[in-house]
Amino acid sequence: MTLLDVKNLSVRFPTPDGVVHAVNDISFSVNPGETLAIVGESGSGKTVTNLALMGLLNSNTAQISGSAKFQSHTGEVDLLGIDPNELQKYRGKDISMIFQDPMSSLHPYFSIGDQIIEAHQVHNQVEPEVSLARAIELLGLVGIPDPASRVNSFPHQFSGGMRQRVMIAMALVNNPSLLVADEPTTALDVTVQAQILSLLKDLQSEFKMAIILITHDLGVVAGAADRVNVMYAGRVVESANVFDLYAKPSMPYTQGLLDSIPRLDKPHTRRLSAIPGQPPSMISLPQGCSFAPRCSRIQEVPGNKCTTEFPELTTRTEGHTARCFIGQQAGA
Amino acid sequence: MFSYISRRLGITFLILLGVSFTVYVIFAFLPFDPAALTCGKNCNDPGIIEANRKRLGYDLPFLVQYWVFIKGLFLGRTYGEGAALINCPAPSLGYSFQEHSCVTSLVGDALPVTLSLALGALVLWLIVGVGLGVLAARYRGKFVDSASTVFVLIGTSLPTFLTGLMLLVFVVIKWQILPFPAGNYTPFFEDPYEWAQILFLPWITLAFAYAALYTRFVRSAVIETSNEDYIRTARAKGLPEGTILGKHTLRAALAPIVTMAGLDFAGLLGGAILTESVFNLPGLGRLAIGAVVEYDLPIIVATTLLAAAIVVIMNLIVDILYAFIDPRVRIA
Repeated sequence: MTLLDVKNLSVRFPTPDGVVHAVNDISFSVNPGETLAIVGESGSGKTVTNLALMGLLNSNTAQISGSAKFQSHTGEVDLLGIDPNELQKYRGKDISMIFQDPMSSLHPYFSIGDQIIEAHQVHNQVEPEVSLARAIELLGLVGIPDPASRVNSFPHQFSGGMRQRVMIAMALVNNPSLLVADEPTTALDVTVQAQILSLLKDLQSEFKMAIILITHDLGVVAGAADRVNVMYAGRVVESANVFDLYAKPSMPYTQGLLDSIPRLDKPHTRRLSAIPGQPPSMISLPQGCSFAPRCSRIQEVPGNKCTTEFPELTTRTEGHTARCFIGQQAGA
Repeated sequence: MFSYISRRLGITFLILLGVSFTVYVIFAFLPFDPAALTCGKNCNDPGIIEANRKRLGYDLPFLVQYWVFIKGLFLGRTYGEGAALINCPAPSLGYSFQEHSCVTSLVGDALPVTLSLALGALVLWLIVGVGLGVLAARYRGKFVDSASTVFVLIGTSLPTFLTGLMLLVFVVIKWQILPFPAGNYTPFFEDPYEWAQILFLPWITLAFAYAALYTRFVRSAVIETSNEDYIRTARAKGLPEGTILGKHTLRAALAPIVTMAGLDFAGLLGGAILTESVFNLPGLGRLAIGAVVEYDLPIIVATTLLAAAIVVIMNLIVDILYAFIDPRVRIA
């Protein structure tokens, strides 16, 4: 049974300049215990997708449609259909979230213990001492040395990596079945990045939770994810398990992303390749494939099909789908 | 902590010494003869003037005069001799020949009036300003917000003397809800009801202008804080909206209010000249303005010095308070 089943999710932001189509009709699912990576450049809609699922978008400014069936502790709920106040019961309990910038994601005026205890108390009717013990236990689990005394420290007394560990401890305090990690390592040093990723991996098997890992770093994806959704202009353009995606990218955009990673096993005299052009305006998306204006392989498709017709997401191999005319022809 | 406070107190003392010297210099080089002023505006009797000059110490060199003044603050001071001997015990701020009284006792009479006025107004404007500011931020763009904007506009544009006069004209004279303030201030400990009755309109007058400023400040501070990452974290934890606003947002948004309120309060303690004049309250402001009109130099020096002292000391108090509010501020 899938843990989370998102169908036809769209998010629009009406602005004075026009409607911003941030997320356009995307569907994906997450199985219990797996890691789904959502990859894409800035503005591709990966963060908005997850904020919408968590009910963290301002309902005054965002128009959200679609459904998201989630297996919670009270049974199946539609995260996009229920009352926002109702959703509060599941946030931090069944689904937790950690954010990009650990420096600003913790409240500067409260001790980390207070903040973790608060997250535990709001979902459990227990004595504060129980929550304190739980907080200390989790701080130890995420690798904070001397947790019993550090629990009284304030966020500014920790380094960035340690703060992200605190965030993780806070997210896991209620044993969530799904953790949404929004670029959890982007703001950290490379060595600390590796520590945080391996910590997440260890905790994932211990807590038996699924992770949605939002990132633009394909290096992080290769090490941490089971499956990958590549997003472009608010759409999923390719979805595959991590091995297939790296071995046989079907969509020229994915190929472009992979080519733009510096590699040690290729001659380093070669210039790093970049994808030419800019992502399209989310207010007026191109009529055909939204990647067509930047696509280097557009000549491979006869006529001007790429700029006039909208490519559907089609299956390439078992569990591998892509939104591109090129692979479709080859597969057909 | 202790060493910080004693060091700051030492600095405060030096600042006050500097301020008092500056005030003394200014008044020493004004084109007035302080001795001539003591015998009234139309007095030409050189005998009296010279006698007073000697009696009040204006014949001494400037620096010696200043030294005698400072000494008087700590040891008290006597004027004249024999049957005409006047003794002003420490802390002596000088002797007002026009009021025939030691300045310290004049200030001692006026200070409770101004303190009552400022304290009551402070409480009132904090309640209204913070309350309305939070409501306006919470219901941004709704009726409360628009209404608060109108309130802010009126409050900031109406001068105190106009608000005060309008209140007097309507509430006291036309509708006769409150008795006419005849300058008969009643101390709180004598009759709290009469005390409040006399001060009620002055409180509203003063608080009105400040409440408008605070409403605007609190509104923007709350809105700004609501966009912080740590507020999103609080929401992701599943906390109810009331807790997020009441605990997480307000704690951070209201911290600067302590500084603001402390300094505004200190400014008012130096004398709310306009409000005291309109309502005929015998406070420090009216004492100072009366002294200016009458060229009563000892009172002017004393009230200026007192106002400076209050501001400097309030600054110290605010700094110490802030260290308790914000854990990132460590005083050492």
